[in-house]
Amino acid sequence: MLTFTIRRLVLAIPTLLFISLVIFLLLELAPGDPMAQVPLTVPPEVKEKMREALGLGQPWPIRYWKWIVQFFWIEPQVLIDYYLGTSFSADDLRVISWQTRSPVMDIVVQRLPQTLWVVGTAYVVGILIALPVGIYSAYRQYSWFDNAGTFITMVGFSVPPFFSGVLVIVIFAVQLGWFPSIYDTTHRVTDWDSFVVQLQQMIMPVMVLALQITSQISRFMRASMLDNLNQDYVRTARAKGLREKSVVLVHVLRNSMIPVVTVIALGIPSIFGGAIITEQVFKVNGIGQLLITAIQANDLPMVQTLTFIFAVLIVLFNLIADILYGILDPRIRYD
Amino acid sequence: MTEPVPATPAPEKGVVEAIPTKPPRSQWAEIWSQLKAHKGAMAGAYLFIFIILGVLVGPLIWHVDPQFLPQGRDFINLRDTRPIYVALWDSGAKVNWAHPLGTDNLGRDTLARLMSGGRVSIAVGLTAMVLSILLGTLIGVIAGFFKRLDGPLMRLTDLFLALPLLPLILVASLLFREPLSNAFGTEGGIFILIVALIGITSWMQTARIVRGDVLALKEREFVLAARSVGTNSTQLMVRHLLPNVLSPIMVSATLGIATAIITESALSFLGFGFPPDFPTWGRLLNDSVDRMVLYPERVIWPGLLISLTVLSVNYLGDGLRDALDPRIRGR
Repeated sequence: MLTFTIRRLVLAIPTLLFISLVIFLLLELAPGDPMAQVPLTVPPEVKEKMREALGLGQPWPIRYWKWIVQFFWIEPQVLIDYYLGTSFSADDLRVISWQTRSPVMDIVVQRLPQTLWVVGTAYVVGILIALPVGIYSAYRQYSWFDNAGTFITMVGFSVPPFFSGVLVIVIFAVQLGWFPSIYDTTHRVTDWDSFVVQLQQMIMPVMVLALQITSQISRFMRASMLDNLNQDYVRTARAKGLREKSVVLVHVLRNSMIPVVTVIALGIPSIFGGAIITEQVFKVNGIGQLLITAIQANDLPMVQTLTFIFAVLIVLFNLIADILYGILDPRIRYD
Repeated sequence: MTEPVPATPAPEKGVVEAIPTKPPRSQWAEIWSQLKAHKGAMAGAYLFIFIILGVLVGPLIWHVDPQFLPQGRDFINLRDTRPIYVALWDSGAKVNWAHPLGTDNLGRDTLARLMSGGRVSIAVGLTAMVLSILLGTLIGVIAGFFKRLDGPLMRLTDLFLALPLLPLILVASLLFREPLSNAFGTEGGIFILIVALIGITSWMQTARIVRGDVLALKEREFVLAARSVGTNSTQLMVRHLLPNVLSPIMVSATLGIATAIITESALSFLGFGFPPDFPTWGRLLNDSVDRMVLYPERVIWPGLLISLTVLSVNYLGDGLRDALDPRIRGR
């Protein structure tokens, strides 16, 4: 298991390097000019100087190499400096955003908590709803509960977040006036009242995201439970006189959770991707919204870094899912 | 095609053999009867056909130009008309029988815009699905059939699955917008761009499924038989392997329409899709979000149509999967 993990980790490095190269080359084609906003009265040679100051003067392999060094070597040093108070990265140039002229990672770190709060809560809520629903609909297959559950998961699949988000805003924020329609990220939780306000503004985005997550995971849970409920070991467990509760919730559930756990792990990066739209609808200034504004403003270092962070998340959680599969299912041996 | 039947002991005397009452049916008739029994799938199919007919035939009945802008005093009179049903609870609402679903803030007819938007959305969905299925089937069949290409092609598939697709689609839709618009005209260029982007980023699941099936089929006797009578590789793939992997392809094709429509609407919603004067459902939704407090219907109608289309396609795909699965069939 350990050798498998190490081998996969080593294999992940060329994959990530290749992905970063693909993203870099794609952005290299970008027609946008970072100097487009500079007034026409600025002479061309000054513009050329400004361009060089942004690091644009060199051919792309050198710039790619510099980005790699900045991302994999300098940024971790900055992180160490931040936590330990050392000064490894004192004079090194970090990945600089063209929009704000400040280090990209600083902005990402500022934006990350909002995304993690909303998306993380939605994921936990979604899983907590999905698992019991999936278990019960499989146990009572074709009952009214199962049919209703199937219909709701279908709706959850089909209604895109930019519609369900807008719909809940129209209903709960405009008509009923229960929740604010815009997520206020400057809000600080200090006492009970401010905590309630925070809860209120989180309910709608979490609801929209959780609907999607619930519908995906509960379908998986149901299918996986159905596969296991007809197995011979279930009949054996019943035949030896176990109570129904322990047959379903211990024997069957444990075996059905194996694929579901990996699906949950695999879904985490795609939730970051899906949150782009939800963040846009509720004006949460998280990572997704940062990416959209960066793309619109032609801020290539920011887009490059953010897209690469998404890629790292996908590769990482793929790896975690594979390892989890190996740990949970003793029949699977990676050798 | 037939499985080798294990040698069964000859029936004993006295045991009456069951006489088949119904004439044997072809595989497709079997699937069709299975699909007909699936209520959700049939409802989905009817709804999808209804929506397609609505956006295709609708403009022939409803002769209003979706791009028509009323001028002068008409502009003031006709803009921001509410749908006719609003008059039921708000007698003072500005309604007009000439525009049953109201008009937008420039006086364009909402019903006509929904129809023309639906045409584009569904056309994008269908074309992108065809592209992604073609790519996926091609790569899947080649990877499954030629052992030498299997490794590289599957690594390519893994790589595509590891790419953060939505951000890349957003970036690419900005990158290639200008050159394609210049080459094929604004609307044609963006149509090609969006279809290509969705197709190129959604073939991976199909490729994996097809490859797995081809790998299993390749070892069967009928392939050996076909090879022994001198069928070449191309013929073998097209005549013998492809018809046998058709059912998973059909399921992913149906579900692919849904994904493509959602992706297109998401792009338009984020402002990276079609230009504003070229309505699609996602674009209409995006344009109306700013005014949804006063005119919620402008948000609800396009959103409802997207959701209903996707829901119907998903139900159809679900039913198709059940009907094509021989393990479930006949239950």
